[in-house]
Amino acid sequence: MEKQQTNGIEMLRAEKIVKHFGSLTVLDGIDLTVKRGQVVVIIGPSGSGKTTLLRCINHLEKIDSGRIYIEGEMLGYREVNGRLVEDREATIARIRSQIGFVFQRFNLFPHMTALENIIEAPVHVLHQPKAEVKERALALLEKVGLEDKADTYPHKLSGGQQQRVAIARALAMNPKLMLFDEATSALDPELVGDVLKVMDQLAREGMTMVVVTHEMGFAREVADEVIFMDKAVIVEEGPPEQVFDHPQHERTREFLGMIL
Amino acid sequence: MFNWDIVRQYLFSGLFIHAAWTTLWIAVISQISGVIIGLFLALMRMSRYRWLSLPARFYIWIFRGSPLLVQLLLLYFGIPEVFPGLVPYITVYSAALIAFSFNEGAYMAEIVRAGITSVDPGQMEAAKSLGMRYALATRRIILPQAARVIVPPLGNEFNNMLKTTSLASVIGLFELTYTASVYGAQTFSYFELLVVATFYYLILTTVWGYIQNYIERRMDPNRLTATELKAQKSWAQRMMGFRSEPGGFAGKEFR
Repeated sequence: MEKQQTNGIEMLRAEKIVKHFGSLTVLDGIDLTVKRGQVVVIIGPSGSGKTTLLRCINHLEKIDSGRIYIEGEMLGYREVNGRLVEDREATIARIRSQIGFVFQRFNLFPHMTALENIIEAPVHVLHQPKAEVKERALALLEKVGLEDKADTYPHKLSGGQQQRVAIARALAMNPKLMLFDEATSALDPELVGDVLKVMDQLAREGMTMVVVTHEMGFAREVADEVIFMDKAVIVEEGPPEQVFDHPQHERTREFLGMIL
Repeated sequence: MFNWDIVRQYLFSGLFIHAAWTTLWIAVISQISGVIIGLFLALMRMSRYRWLSLPARFYIWIFRGSPLLVQLLLLYFGIPEVFPGLVPYITVYSAALIAFSFNEGAYMAEIVRAGITSVDPGQMEAAKSLGMRYALATRRIILPQAARVIVPPLGNEFNNMLKTTSLASVIGLFELTYTASVYGAQTFSYFELLVVATFYYLILTTVWGYIQNYIERRMDPNRLTATELKAQKSWAQRMMGFRSEPGGFAGKEFR
């Protein structure tokens, strides 16, 4: 495990991330830095690599080259004689437990109630006392507006409710960093608002977040920094006013013109 | 001439009740060990490490590719010849239990593998993203969901097992078939006693059919009310009690 120099506020740093699927390059030298408390929103057309980038940040995808550091600690790999070797499962799991991931399709555990979904990892991964975790889980459910759904199974919940339980489940681990992978893309339009509201509140509370989304309103409102990705590279990045109102690149303008 | 009196005489005799009991416990123990062996084989076979998956493949290849009868004979007559030291351990019971369990393990491995494969890969990803390691995620998240797919064919396997035990008659284990043939030969009433044995096989498989039905209905998501589900606390119950819409797991829905 290699400790990097940090200035104390750097939560995530990705350096020159390269990822191929077969002959296709999906990430071509991505650099990304996220400071503590920052909300970074990644936008871009589908196939641009933004979801893959997010998955790499949780080591759900392996990378072909580059480095990812979470609070200065390298994620997924260690260096042996200058070569990258995949890290031990236990180490990867420990770092992952500090990163919340919210999936496009929620991925709640269908054989557990909402409450059981939330307490599962704190109890079985962090070995926290069940009673204490349960209390926290109920508070989280209240926070996402679902205090009355504690004993409900996922398939009885709407998509928006499921996604909010999934967010609560991730938050129960007290993550340092939250990753949102198109968290509202699978939802019916009328359910999107509730989920965005929860994400907005989280951002206000100072959670460090990397959000892949197609919700441009959310990006403009909540993001500290917007990143526009296309064809495996970061085309443009900056504060939302700059990227949305004064895009510097033709491709950004085209993309925004298409969706706004 | 078929003689009903002989059937009546033997039908509820201690002899056949005992034989039926032997058939039952051999089948139950073999099935349980088969499931355990199958579970480990399936996990080995699905491993990305070749030193785990290759032996599992080899095992399955051997046991599914050769007749159980031959495996049983090899174990009972062949092994003691090659390893005389094992003679005291190879009885008709141990030979039957080992052969049936090992053989069943190979079949269960494929059933368990199908069950695990049926679980949405997003479940493993979600578990991993919460910091769960592979073993914990498999135990807590994947297997309970795979169980839903595994249980129906498992029921059929046990039905088969109840009848497969009759093969043990070739090594002289007094289960139903051997009992019927030995006593049938002594009294020249083969037919009658085989009918008695058939009766017991039918009883066993029919009762099992009801049990299987009950289990599958319990696992049917649409039958359970919220209060019933809430009352379920044990692992076994959770395994069978979770719900999803027909045709897919919750979480995939509502898209």
